[in-house]
Amino acid sequence: MTVKVLVPTPLQTLTHNQATLECSGKNVADLIDSLEASFPGIKLRLCDEEGKPRRFLNLYVNSEDIRFLDGVKTTLKDGDEVSIVPAIAGG
Amino acid sequence: MTQAIANLNQVSSTILQALKCKECGTEYKLAATHVCELCFGPLEVKYDYNALRSSVSREKIQSGPNSIWRYREFLPVATDNYIDMGTGMTPLLRSHRLARRLGLNKLLIKNDAINMPTLSFKDRVVSVALSRARELGFSTVSCASTGNLANSTAAIAAHAGLECYTFIPSDLEAGKILGSLIYSPTVMAVKGNYDQLNRLCSEIANTHNWGFVNINLRPYYSEGSKTLGFEVAEQLGWELPDHIVAPLASGSLFTKIYKGFQEFVKTGLVEDKNVRFSGAQAEGCSPIAQAFKAGHDFIQPVKPNTIAKSLAIGNPADGIYAMEIAQKTQGNIESVTDQEIIEGIKLLAETEGIFTETAGGTTIAVLKKLAESGKIDPDETTVVYITGNGLKTQEAIQGYIGEPLTIDAKIDSFERALERSRTLERLEWQQVLV
Repeated sequence: MTVKVLVPTPLQTLTHNQATLECSGKNVADLIDSLEASFPGIKLRLCDEEGKPRRFLNLYVNSEDIRFLDGVKTTLKDGDEVSIVPAIAGG
Repeated sequence: MTQAIANLNQVSSTILQALKCKECGTEYKLAATHVCELCFGPLEVKYDYNALRSSVSREKIQSGPNSIWRYREFLPVATDNYIDMGTGMTPLLRSHRLARRLGLNKLLIKNDAINMPTLSFKDRVVSVALSRARELGFSTVSCASTGNLANSTAAIAAHAGLECYTFIPSDLEAGKILGSLIYSPTVMAVKGNYDQLNRLCSEIANTHNWGFVNINLRPYYSEGSKTLGFEVAEQLGWELPDHIVAPLASGSLFTKIYKGFQEFVKTGLVEDKNVRFSGAQAEGCSPIAQAFKAGHDFIQPVKPNTIAKSLAIGNPADGIYAMEIAQKTQGNIESVTDQEIIEGIKLLAETEGIFTETAGGTTIAVLKKLAESGKIDPDETTVVYITGNGLKTQEAIQGYIGEPLTIDAKIDSFERALERSRTLERLEWQQVLV
């Protein structure tokens, strides 16, 4: 199972300058753990000490904010696209 | 294509120091970047307030241009090559008729419905953002907009000779679409709501080297809203008001009016005072009002459904900061229905002769709600911010206003129509009394 992950500029130093990645995971939390396995340190940037996604970070599965889905428990299937987007923009 | 020239941001300035993360304090150079690489918190411009204090005075400001650039030292540009289209210094009107209607004794209206060049407060932020964009070497600028921002970016980019791409929701009011197209930018009408196109633009900003005024240029852009605080203080005779009421979309404007007041205090231009900050949202998109009422310390995003399209941001970037300001200043955040918004637009027009758009209608409706529920002291000096022009959102009030009386070019036709209109007026009065 492969999920496409879009990585914002501030995290690309950790992903060897890759803006898109292929990864896997049965849900978003799982995906973050497998990103951590490939790119050590990335989880700490994505999540706070309690393991929750950071306050100023939005995560989308197929363009839908995971807060309108099941949060980090949102399930993923083959071909899904997960976007990691800094929340501070617009207005 | 744009070529950002990295070294231009090194132009020396003793007042402008760095970009600083509002959350963790990490500092960055004054480049086109808007989020902290460590915690994703927002970056803000850091100034040397001691240097600023010694370089500003009331007299110097008063003898400056009749525009936002009279506050140039407080704005994040490094050179005097800024774009001045006469933006800012809009009237601060003493309200009599609206004030009486609401039972308020000291109500003032800051009227940005006639701001230049595109009739909304966005001209302030865009003037600053594009001035900085030019300093940073961008030749292409862009924005994610609910309409007014796109109008402003397109117009000021045209004036400055910058290439322009704007992104708007595809269901915007005709006046706001036309109000961009006339300046010949490339307009992308995105099938989706503002939050969806904002996410899209964040992704585009990653890959295209454009100056997005409210994404990678956001730390500079947002500072332009401070001038709504500065002007009110200056127009009140170098005093702060007691209470302000302003609309809330992303929350940025609200937080920057607060910052503007604080900076005038820090630099000795005005006496310190606790100014109460109250915010206005439309019920169909009220994530900040909901969090405020529930006492949450987080904002739960919503999917917008309101006629106040310029306030339809379901996932507000500065929502949490706006809420904190309302809380700590003993202000309020209220929401109103679409019907109340329409009535707000009409009330302002009929009592003060100011035609505002739906955002202004929202703000007036919330002002009314707060006044009626005793949340504004009648003797407080209260400033209400009107941020956009009604001619841009004509659809919202179609069917809620009268129609012209079509008559023949004959005196008897006129007399009959006059009699009829007076009868209609009487009927309306009777309805009100019932």
